[in-house]
Amino acid sequence: MWQALREELHPQGLEVVTVGIDAAGAEACRPFIEAAAPTHPSLVDATHRVAAALGVVNIPNGVWIDEQGCIVRPAEPAQPRESVPERRYEPVDGLPDRMNDILAEAARIRVDTRYVAMLRDWVGRGADSPFALTPDEVVARSGPRDAAAAEGQAHFELGAHLWASGDRPGAEEHWREAHRRCPDNIAYKRQAWSLAVEGTGFDRFWQGPAPGHEDEWPYDSDWLSEVRAMGAERYYPPLDA
Amino acid sequence: MITTAERVPLAEFEGATGWHLRPEGACQGEICVPLPAGVHDGATIDVAAAAERLRMPVVHDAVRGLTAIGPAGVGGHRLETAVAPDLVLPDLDGALFDLAWLRGQKVLIVSWAPY
Repeated sequence: MWQALREELHPQGLEVVTVGIDAAGAEACRPFIEAAAPTHPSLVDATHRVAAALGVVNIPNGVWIDEQGCIVRPAEPAQPRESVPERRYEPVDGLPDRMNDILAEAARIRVDTRYVAMLRDWVGRGADSPFALTPDEVVARSGPRDAAAAEGQAHFELGAHLWASGDRPGAEEHWREAHRRCPDNIAYKRQAWSLAVEGTGFDRFWQGPAPGHEDEWPYDSDWLSEVRAMGAERYYPPLDA
Repeated sequence: MITTAERVPLAEFEGATGWHLRPEGACQGEICVPLPAGVHDGATIDVAAAAERLRMPVVHDAVRGLTAIGPAGVGGHRLETAVAPDLVLPDLDGALFDLAWLRGQKVLIVSWAPY
């Protein structure tokens, strides 16, 4: 979907760069990238460097950088659809209850459909676009990062390093610490949860304890509990246009 | 950045943290933090001493002999500056791409994940 937008706006001077964030590495991203067949740079970030470098705390997220290399909008929820029909999830017979519950919560997640219109405005008008922010606004809107959150990022990087070296308990130990110190980094949580169980039949979307193995779950929370606690409508906060 | 050494080459520190050593100190965009004499010698840098000045957390895993240095806490925001950070990442085939190669164009960076 980003590829179509890139074809539309590239003649006007926009380049799109997609970054697949996954500690599982490039091969985990490959099927998705090959299906999208992008003509723009499509990169892989196995250690969540975009969290420290760009302030990305959930996915998908977008950041705008102008011709001079200045960020003009910091990380915020970004998605390429301009309309999303309201839908109510009807449980599917034969699915495990947990998966029906996950899909019901996912259907309640709202995405802000103004993103593409804002992007087009900036590409057309540059600094005159009201959506292009000043440097001070960009820094302020990037959000706070206190000492605990910075420490959490160090733990996350250690976890990713250990995961890549095959040390699962070590990765889980540091990712758990990262979650505690960076409670609003949903990408850190989704990453860890997606790699925590195998064999549920739902690949990386189960994101919680396997049935009957609840006491083996290594994290304080899981996707379904987290989204229910925060409220699905807050999963992607509305854009501050 | 992950390290097992007390001193690392300047280029490694700069590439991993996005902070560059200049005569006025460690800098990112227009933000510069002075470093005491001896923190670096022009070739290598004392990681712990630089981290302290830049308010970067140091997390040590004694069991595995690894140290991670977290992002700087100079301004208290996720971005210290609006100047785009250094970011060099591989593509699917491992070829490195430097975001700075796109200067002169508008850029939308979209982060996504397969999970």
